Amino acid sequence: MVKAIILRVEGTNCDEELVNAFQLAGAEVTLAHINELLKNKISLEDHQILALPGGFSHGDDISAGVILANQLKQLLGKQLNKFIEEEKAVIGICNGFQILVKTGLLPNLSGNQEQEVTLAFNSSGLFRNQWVHLETQKENTCPFLKNMENIYLPIAHAEGRFIATQETIEQIEEQNLIAFKYVGNPNGSINDIAGISNSQGNILGLMPHPERFLHPWMHPYWTLEQPEQGDGIQLFKNIVEHAKKV
Amino acid sequence: MKPKQIQITSANEQQLITISKKGLLSLSKKEMKAIQKYYQQQGREPTDAELETIAQTWSEHCIHKTFNALIDTPDGQIDSLFKTYIFKATNELDKKWCISVFKDNAGIVKFDDEHAVAMKVETHNHPTALDPYGGAGTGTGGVFRDVMGVGAKPILSTNMLFFGPLDIPHTQLPPGTMHPKRLMKGSVAGIRDYGNRMGIPTANGGVAFDQGYIGNPLVYAGTVGIMPKNKYICNAQSGDLILLVGGKTGRDGIHGVTFASVELEETSEKTSSGAVQIGNPVEEKKTLDGLLRARDCDALPLYSAITDCGGGGLSSAIGEMGKELGVEVHLDKVPLKYAGLEPWEIWISEAQERMILIVPPENKESILEIFKNENCLATIIGKLRNDKKLVLYHEQDKVAELEMSFLHSVPKITRKAKWKKIEEKEPNLPEKITYGEDLKKILRSPNVASKEWVIRQYDHEVQAKTVIKPLQGKAQGPGNACVLKPKYDSWKGIVISNGVNSKYSENPYNMTLSAIDEALRNNVCCGGRRIAILDNFSWGSPSNPETMGALVKACEACYDGAKGFDTPLISGKDSLHNEYKVKGKTMAIPHTMVISAIGIIPDIRKAITMDLKKPGTSIYLVGETLDELGGSHYFMVNELTGGKVPGVNLARAKKTMDRLIEAIDSELILSCHDCSEGGLAVTAAEMSFAGGLGMTIDLEHVPTNLEREDKILFSESNSRFLVEVTNEKKFEEKMKELPFAKIGKVTQEPELKIKERRSLDPNIDDKKKLVINEKIKDLKNEWEATFKW
Repeated sequence: MVKAIILRVEGTNCDEELVNAFQLAGAEVTLAHINELLKNKISLEDHQILALPGGFSHGDDISAGVILANQLKQLLGKQLNKFIEEEKAVIGICNGFQILVKTGLLPNLSGNQEQEVTLAFNSSGLFRNQWVHLETQKENTCPFLKNMENIYLPIAHAEGRFIATQETIEQIEEQNLIAFKYVGNPNGSINDIAGISNSQGNILGLMPHPERFLHPWMHPYWTLEQPEQGDGIQLFKNIVEHAKKV
Repeated sequence: MKPKQIQITSANEQQLITISKKGLLSLSKKEMKAIQKYYQQQGREPTDAELETIAQTWSEHCIHKTFNALIDTPDGQIDSLFKTYIFKATNELDKKWCISVFKDNAGIVKFDDEHAVAMKVETHNHPTALDPYGGAGTGTGGVFRDVMGVGAKPILSTNMLFFGPLDIPHTQLPPGTMHPKRLMKGSVAGIRDYGNRMGIPTANGGVAFDQGYIGNPLVYAGTVGIMPKNKYICNAQSGDLILLVGGKTGRDGIHGVTFASVELEETSEKTSSGAVQIGNPVEEKKTLDGLLRARDCDALPLYSAITDCGGGGLSSAIGEMGKELGVEVHLDKVPLKYAGLEPWEIWISEAQERMILIVPPENKESILEIFKNENCLATIIGKLRNDKKLVLYHEQDKVAELEMSFLHSVPKITRKAKWKKIEEKEPNLPEKITYGEDLKKILRSPNVASKEWVIRQYDHEVQAKTVIKPLQGKAQGPGNACVLKPKYDSWKGIVISNGVNSKYSENPYNMTLSAIDEALRNNVCCGGRRIAILDNFSWGSPSNPETMGALVKACEACYDGAKGFDTPLISGKDSLHNEYKVKGKTMAIPHTMVISAIGIIPDIRKAITMDLKKPGTSIYLVGETLDELGGSHYFMVNELTGGKVPGVNLARAKKTMDRLIEAIDSELILSCHDCSEGGLAVTAAEMSFAGGLGMTIDLEHVPTNLEREDKILFSESNSRFLVEVTNEKKFEEKMKELPFAKIGKVTQEPELKIKERRSLDPNIDDKKKLVINEKIKDLKNEWEATFKW
């Protein structure tokens, strides 16, 4: 069975629903505090999926995701690099995406794991929870995006405005690393970017919350028209499928 | 640090009062004399820590003096509002599904065979007046801990906020107060940051405005939590250890509860800012993470009892836990934010994010390990004794020794109540030809207007349990209630709603019944039943006999409403002294009664939202429309006062709600919305623009004796529902015996058209004129305009 590890620290808060999402998609899930990895009670090695949930890791006190990003790089860098080199799956949602960006794992154009983009404060300056339509970018070959058409998911963040230099954005576009684009930009992201992958396609980060739309009744107006299933579940199934192969 | 002694045994009355005032103890003369007598018998003077302990324990906040008081009314003496009304209703109803009522930090009711739900509402009014961000945030964090304090995991944050008018010029604000807009922005940000960072969805609530809140805003924060039934535990034994978990202790929040027990004034900011706590939601999240693991790692929790540190700090939390057994605490063990705190300051500080767990000695190591893994401080600071004494140490010194029997024997107080004559004179208002402009004015009015600006700042979907969200329908309108699906393996849901309207405060009895009716009908609209309610009072000073009289009337209505609707009261909050003193004049808030309702829906797939669903279906109005426009929005936008405040026909209201639930379960209903502020016209508008569809209504069919169209459109009579019905025959069968009628239809054309009441002469080819004829888009724009910040 595919084993997923969901990493939490103080201030993580979308972990429970992410556990549920991966379980529904057929993975065996371990929810681990980073202290349990640091003390070698749990090892990344035994897993094929690493998921970083949303929330406010360490309170986002410096800037969203920075402290955990540094912990990952400095304290778990070796384990993590091995994990990634083996093409195992990594997904970061919301705060998890912020962390992946700040570790330099996304987009990692240079291959040196240096931070190249950031997720800045929304252009409104406010936290915003709302449902958004997303275009899944067909040119992106990341296997996690298979069979995903245009989808509808909620965002819930204060720092989700994807920005980078013109040159970086161009490279991201050219290398087809954009995974999702907003239809109706909610936060001021450049080129409506909602999520990106790395070029190997085994690391994906996105601001919207697929774990919040697993079932029809999670849709904001399901009492009017019920979808057959939630738009988010396919993503988790794809990740589990990919993980089976590694 | 040697304990300081306060000389009271030989003090005269005046000196006693001075000691209480100077020490910010908020103790009355009678109470100071009782304390003096105790120490005279003991043959010694109290220490500062002892006096502070008594002041905290005897504060209105902790002991509900007024609700336990003897009350002299024109109709005779009442011995305790609790006993006479509040507890009495619940006791008489004697519901088997009530697990803990008015005993713990939160009321607990059965959810299903395995789980229970807990709910609590708190107020944090005075701190918010001084520091809206900190006050509202820590109010929210505090009520999360109330629910954590029975061992439940918070799954919903709700709040009701009350401010002065947003358009008041700065020059008209009393000195020492903040502008309502600043208060609102700060409060919303405080609630947002606490809830979002804790990962607790804020998916229900409201904001209301009234001139009366200028000097004293109100912040109600509520929390719903869920827990396995067998983890509800209260089994502390002598010898068990006292474990303090969570944040460090500092000088913030000293005298919070005693500060809450006096009126605000211009200088409050200078004298009492230290009473405002400082919040850190991530600290509380760590505490919660550790707590849930300590609860669930074994068959039984690793603790034998649990409570939170709220008002009164360690003093109240530990004093209460050790009431039956006795307790000793080593204050020097308490982790501090910085050095230099006096022992009594450590003892009463209301520093946030702290919980007390009582731990059997054999579980000590395992529980410490759990909190360590969460990077959460956990410190043994004392133990339970067996001599019914409260003993405090600081290093080698004993700084307090009090008998629990004395500490928990607050002298009963006596209050005077006077009934205020209720004015119901009808104002003079000429009829108009059309009422579209009135409808738009009401939709724009801040109590009714869209709160999207607020709602979207709150993460109302974290935990992925919010199946009915605050904004409903494809085009988004204001929902009646919030529905949560708390368990992955069950269709059962929780329905949470509120009722409040302080514009009815002229008639506190009807106001309270209206709030109960509103909370229940909001709940029923979504499919909620087996409802429990919480009574949350914010009142002016109870030493004013008219204010006290209004409180008695409200309690009477709580009893009548609970009994009439067969809905037990399970928890409550009484915030008194909501007044602002300026230049010798006192401004009291309007009596404000927030009723929170928590219901159950057996299958969330049958939940109903308020947005119109299908063109061509019929619209029914259930309930009778009466001449009840006292406190109405229609009068307000026309700058009128007077009129009759809506009452409740309890027997009929109960029946209406029961029948509606049957109709929902039989799937006869597509959408349902209750009539409240703004009456029928506003309800119809909201349902229409939420669904992006239109509606035609003919006022001729509305069940009412009223002739005036404006009164039919805008009366705020209770127990009324506007319902979109799929199976008319079955629905009519269900509703027989009740006042109801088919009054209109859903239309594809997105317009709200309401026809006059006049019956047409069949012999004359006449057409009914429209009293409202508006595009849905325009109504929606009006509704959204006010808070486009």
